[in-house]
Amino acid sequence: MTGHTRTIRVETLARVEGEGALYIKLAGERVTDVKLKIYEPPRFFEAFLRGRHFSEAPDITARICGICPIAYQMSAIHAIERALGIRVDPAVRLLRRLFYCGEWIESHTLHIYMLHAPDFLGYQDAIAMAADHRPAVERALRLKKIGNRIVTLLGGREIHPIAAAVGGFYKVPTKQQLHELVEDLKWALDASLETTRWTASLEFPDFEQDYEFVALRHPDEYPFNEGRLVSNRGLDIDAAEYEDHFVEVHVKHSNALHSVVRGRGSYLVGPLARFNLNFNKLPQAAQQVAREVNLSVPVKNPFRSIMVRSVETVFACAEALRIISEYEPPSTPRVEVPNQAGVGQAITEAPRGILYHRYAMDDKGLIIAAKIIPPTSQNQKRIEDDLRDYATRLVAWPLEEATWKCEQAIRNYDPCISCATHSLRLTLERADAGDV
Amino acid sequence: MSSKTKRKPRVAVFKFASCDGCQLSLLDAEDELLGVAGALEIAHFPEATRAMLKGPYDIGLVEGSVTTHHDAQRIQEVRRQCTTLVTIGACATAGGIQALRNWKDVDEFIRVVYATPQFISTLKLSTPIAEHVPVDFELRGCPINKYHLIELISATLAGRKPNIPSYSVCMECKRKNNVCITVARGVACLGPVTHAGCGALCPSYDRGCYGCYGPMESPNTTSMANQFHILGQSDAQITRAFRGFNAWSWQFRKTSEDYEHK
Repeated sequence: MTGHTRTIRVETLARVEGEGALYIKLAGERVTDVKLKIYEPPRFFEAFLRGRHFSEAPDITARICGICPIAYQMSAIHAIERALGIRVDPAVRLLRRLFYCGEWIESHTLHIYMLHAPDFLGYQDAIAMAADHRPAVERALRLKKIGNRIVTLLGGREIHPIAAAVGGFYKVPTKQQLHELVEDLKWALDASLETTRWTASLEFPDFEQDYEFVALRHPDEYPFNEGRLVSNRGLDIDAAEYEDHFVEVHVKHSNALHSVVRGRGSYLVGPLARFNLNFNKLPQAAQQVAREVNLSVPVKNPFRSIMVRSVETVFACAEALRIISEYEPPSTPRVEVPNQAGVGQAITEAPRGILYHRYAMDDKGLIIAAKIIPPTSQNQKRIEDDLRDYATRLVAWPLEEATWKCEQAIRNYDPCISCATHSLRLTLERADAGDV
Repeated sequence: MSSKTKRKPRVAVFKFASCDGCQLSLLDAEDELLGVAGALEIAHFPEATRAMLKGPYDIGLVEGSVTTHHDAQRIQEVRRQCTTLVTIGACATAGGIQALRNWKDVDEFIRVVYATPQFISTLKLSTPIAEHVPVDFELRGCPINKYHLIELISATLAGRKPNIPSYSVCMECKRKNNVCITVARGVACLGPVTHAGCGALCPSYDRGCYGCYGPMESPNTTSMANQFHILGQSDAQITRAFRGFNAWSWQFRKTSEDYEHK
């Protein structure tokens, strides 16, 4: 077998957000090349944010990603508020957490059932899966819809919501409006517990990696918008220090620019990192079901991220119910935010992992510099590292099956390529450009 | 009808430069999704399925704008493969937010964002699909309204014109009994010149419309800009107001350029 060269090639990665391709070269039992390639065109957000007013940043950056617009709005708003020294009403803070609960529920459910589970069960897609697993797909659709209902109530619509603002919200819901969500959310909590048990019944490859997990950590809460950035290898920093600790390096095997922890290498952001670093901040219902399905910290098998997403959905449903039970509307939906110069950074937890924003404003409130680092850019090197190891275990497999398993390994990360190309960090190299 | 004509219509979804949000609208139609999937053959929809069937297709839904040489060629092939071609969303119908590059030196943009500019291959302009190929219907919005998408697919299958109004957001506000935020509170609002479809969301949430559905059928943008001026907006603010998610639509583009050069 040695010297026999095979290539795993996927020209259009399916069930991911955006356009990417995969290329793995195997020589005998060695993996000689791994490239997760992104050919989606760049869109230059950081460049055209310059000269825009800070109040426009939440609406503009939301358009980086139709799947997680709230994450962009939250990171933009928190970074700008830090730059300008704005404090918001505690009720606004709670509503922002509730807003994120909605996005996590809909995004996680979409990924668990419609993008990832078909790999485990051998279907091309969730529609085909519905023929044999109708109750599961119906549960998914209803659960996803409840997440979207939260987002729509707080933000006006599911995709690119319009109500979040620097300083608060343009309009906040009444207590009555929030209470109308309770019955649905109680069902959703049960459905997410059921989801966790359902994902636990899937078959998982025996594959573990030694990861550096990076996530926010807050003293009292499972993280959304606040906290220090920590890792299992001693990282413990404020968002303002992010660019001192993470750098983008040029790697030899491809033309990709990859985000790494300075002096260490690739790292993992997203559900696995949050769960492993914040397990004791999960509500009882989430901790209990995790124990019930033998999901214990640290989870080092990336295929089990589908279970962790389910547990995080349990958290999001329980947290939404808690927030609604405590909610009193703020005295004012948003505080006045004067134009002034400043620089601010923020990190929030998008469904896929940490999303870093930095803005500098002039005294007219116009943006003079912006930097955005989405989770998928940060996970990109880690995905390739997983594949480099995982592919060696697939050398004896028929090519078609090995290819599908590698796709599944990429989907472990719920990658959002549209996010990663807000300003492309890879060269534009087409999978179909001949011998690549 | 013979059994051959009863085959399910084949639908394909294509992505160009975009955020994926408009095609996600189809997956966000939770109550309708399984019904739609039952009535159609989803032949090509990479965001949702690994199965990618070759064309031709009865309906092609195109999301995103054209920003690279490769995509300018690809849209020609997509057009050839689709009997009915529908563009979905502001990127595909008006160039999207990424059309803000059209007023800048794109090479400078690349230098700002990338360490290795020579790797980036891109066109100077972000352009709507209709600038490249004939389009059968344009669905507006950033993002589109998912019910419009369902209506559009149903209408296309039935061979009728979709019932999607092209009047302004003001009509939707009136229908919701909203008090006009411009008249009552002096808030600058693009509603009078903006295509309906969102359900007058922003005014319903106490903010002015920012035009994400693009120009309505006959917008008087000059008068709109004058109104903004009366409300105390500077020329720079008026330029930015028209230079958003539909900046490259000719009506918004003309007004933003008039005010930029004032």
